[in-house]
Amino acid sequence: MRAVEAAAEGLKVRIGLEVHCQITSLKTKLFCSCPSDYRGKPPNSHVCPVCLGLPGSLPVLNWKAVEYAVMAALALNCKVSRRTLFMRKNYFYPDLPKNFQISQYDRAGGAPIGSDGYLEFMVEKKRKTVRIRRVHLEEDPGKLSYKGAIDTSPYTLVDYNRAGIALLEIVTEPDMENPREARAFLQKLRSTLEHLGIFNGGLEGAMRCDANISLEGGGRVEIKNISSFKDVEKALSFEVVRQRDLLKKGIAVRSETRHWDENRRITVSLRVKEEEQDYRYFPEPDLTPIEISEETIRRLQSEMPELPDARRERFIRQYGLPPYDAEVLTSDRAMADFFEDCVKLCGKPKAAANWLMGDVLQVLYSLNQDLAESKLTPAYLAELIGLMDKGEISIKIAKKVLWETMKTGKPPSLVVEEKGWKRIADENKLRSIVEKVFSENVKAVEDALRDPKAAHYLVGKVMEATGGMADPETTYRLISERLKALRGSAS
Amino acid sequence: MKGEKHISREEVEHVAWLARIELSEEEKELYTQQFNQILAYFSKLAELETEDVPPELHVVNLVNVCREDKAGKPLSVEEALKNAPKRRGEYFEAPRIL
Repeated sequence: MRAVEAAAEGLKVRIGLEVHCQITSLKTKLFCSCPSDYRGKPPNSHVCPVCLGLPGSLPVLNWKAVEYAVMAALALNCKVSRRTLFMRKNYFYPDLPKNFQISQYDRAGGAPIGSDGYLEFMVEKKRKTVRIRRVHLEEDPGKLSYKGAIDTSPYTLVDYNRAGIALLEIVTEPDMENPREARAFLQKLRSTLEHLGIFNGGLEGAMRCDANISLEGGGRVEIKNISSFKDVEKALSFEVVRQRDLLKKGIAVRSETRHWDENRRITVSLRVKEEEQDYRYFPEPDLTPIEISEETIRRLQSEMPELPDARRERFIRQYGLPPYDAEVLTSDRAMADFFEDCVKLCGKPKAAANWLMGDVLQVLYSLNQDLAESKLTPAYLAELIGLMDKGEISIKIAKKVLWETMKTGKPPSLVVEEKGWKRIADENKLRSIVEKVFSENVKAVEDALRDPKAAHYLVGKVMEATGGMADPETTYRLISERLKALRGSAS
Repeated sequence: MKGEKHISREEVEHVAWLARIELSEEEKELYTQQFNQILAYFSKLAELETEDVPPELHVVNLVNVCREDKAGKPLSVEEALKNAPKRRGEYFEAPRIL
């Protein structure tokens, strides 16, 4: 990453994003009543005449989708169009059974649901604002798959279960200046939509993104096919280096569309057949225009749940968290919810924050999991914090317990019990171990009698004998007492 | 829509390509002529004074015809694939597209 930035130095980079987010909280598709829970279901089992584009079928708008889109527009500080309509975007591709996509358009008399907004977020401890050009509603196309690689497959397989799922298209102005800002923007966007309760970014393919990037003095390059927002940063970093190299050699950067190849981690030029697509937008005659009244907007505004920025401020106020912790926790709704649930149970906000932002994230990363799919529950983390608090386990053991719990789903107290990881603080038990160590290490005892520092060797032996479970303070005290007694009897 | 708009043969070819229609030379000639006749007809409309008339994109006087977010029963996979020109298992099969 540092090499990328150094290489890009001097040349201003401009990045804009076009993000597609499914409105995953809807129960049905955008224009028909097919259930929207298509993931993991047999192909073409969630379709009807409308989303298959059969002749004579008529789309009918899901009003909830309009309300959710208005909420998203408001959360992104957009102006909401009082009157808007749907348009047909015409093109031939098998992912669209109708040969057109019902979408919205900001030209030819159309207006998107939301326009001229902005989103603020933190990146490298600095506040950044990115302008939002528009927020609109459209239908998701179906899903294509191939036999083997896309370019050698003898056929294309089409599953229309996804066709017609409500999609929010969110387009930014080219306000981002490096790939990391693009990723931070997406993270904040995801958290915002999740806080609205309309979106679950953890679902496969729920958030997809195209990016455009240009370097000072070069053409504008579009990157398509970025399917995870973690890949956005990788794809853009690749482009910064590629375009920078060309410009350094005095070669012009062509305006073109490139495809992100996630396996090879490079972008490749898409040969543009014929000319630029001509979508021939026109108003969808099968749907009526939408009017969004002032009352509707006011009602939705008043029903808006707490958004990440407000939640961050509350975390600072209510839990006394440092601003950085509050920012990190609220950048992910699942993590913020987890944090609050855990604090309710353990009453230790700072400890819960530290665990979540540190070890928990690390283990999630190693297990390649999301917090939502993890076996760790807020109650388990609270239990772990409690065990440490009561002095039953050390921090070192606690980290091992966390790993076990997250791997197996066993409660921390059970892990401690099964593994025999409970700290031994019982004096009688420890005293007998100390005595055994003294009788087996006569030479070391003699050393310790002469030089008090040599007593650490004996502490180590006790630790060894207990597998590290002996309480260090009690052990040290018992050893000192015994040495003192020996010194007393010797004189 | 002021002034005469003329459709060229190239534009007819382009529109035919967008619609994936193959046209013979005679058809291209014929459609170029016919497109221009239609445009001439529309230019008659353009003579009307429309300065104070707001653009209207919908002719029906209805708004917000909507439904609730309540799930209905989809087709069975067999019904869904019944009219498929080609199928492969539970999928529609389409030619390879690059």
